[in-house]
Amino acid sequence: MEKKKTTIVLFSGDYDKVMAAYIIANGAAAYDHEVTIFHTFWGLNALRKDEPIQVNKSFLEKMFGKMMPRGPEKMGLSKMNMAGMGPKMIKDIMKKHNTMPVKDLIEMAKEQDVKLVACQMTVDLLGFKQDEIIDGVDFAGVAAYLADAEDGNVNLFI
Amino acid sequence: MNVTKVLDAKGLACPMPIVKTKKAIAEIESGQVLEIHTTDKGAVKDLTAWTESTGHELLKHEDDNGVLKFWVKKG
Repeated sequence: MEKKKTTIVLFSGDYDKVMAAYIIANGAAAYDHEVTIFHTFWGLNALRKDEPIQVNKSFLEKMFGKMMPRGPEKMGLSKMNMAGMGPKMIKDIMKKHNTMPVKDLIEMAKEQDVKLVACQMTVDLLGFKQDEIIDGVDFAGVAAYLADAEDGNVNLFI
Repeated sequence: MNVTKVLDAKGLACPMPIVKTKKAIAEIESGQVLEIHTTDKGAVKDLTAWTESTGHELLKHEDDNGVLKFWVKKG
């Protein structure tokens, strides 16, 4: 039996939205789907290493790098962010409910062979260098995404 | 019932019960039975849908004082 496919375009860089994307991805992998998450624009921050990396960047690229969260655990919420109070509160509640933090959901996704793809065009646009991106990520464009999506059974844009 | 493997997924939240179930069922042979314990209230719908879609059989499930127990026969 040919495996079913799930593809997710992760455009958003909010903690809650990234969490939703990775929960669906992990669920789909448990459903035996071949799963691809195509990260573009703010969603690329989910793939960012959490420590500062020494790379050659232009002034503007440095500014961009400083203004965007380094990895998922530094992201804000799409609602009720309250200048950073929201994420702290929700992480506290998540601990009580035994819900996995996004960082762990990403690890779990990798373990389950979810294909993580970074959109090369927006990587360049936002000034990311490959060294700043976590290991195990492919760099590709819209055609590679469409190749997966055209026979996808579940295709989401988050 | 002849249970081959017991999976303790108590206290875990979505999507972990289903992820762990998938891993556990990969470790048993076709026709063998996996027993799953969870406290995730979404699991009744989740495991029913999952077994149907992945070709396994949900033999029965019960609520044992808040612990949901499932018996799944590998397809």
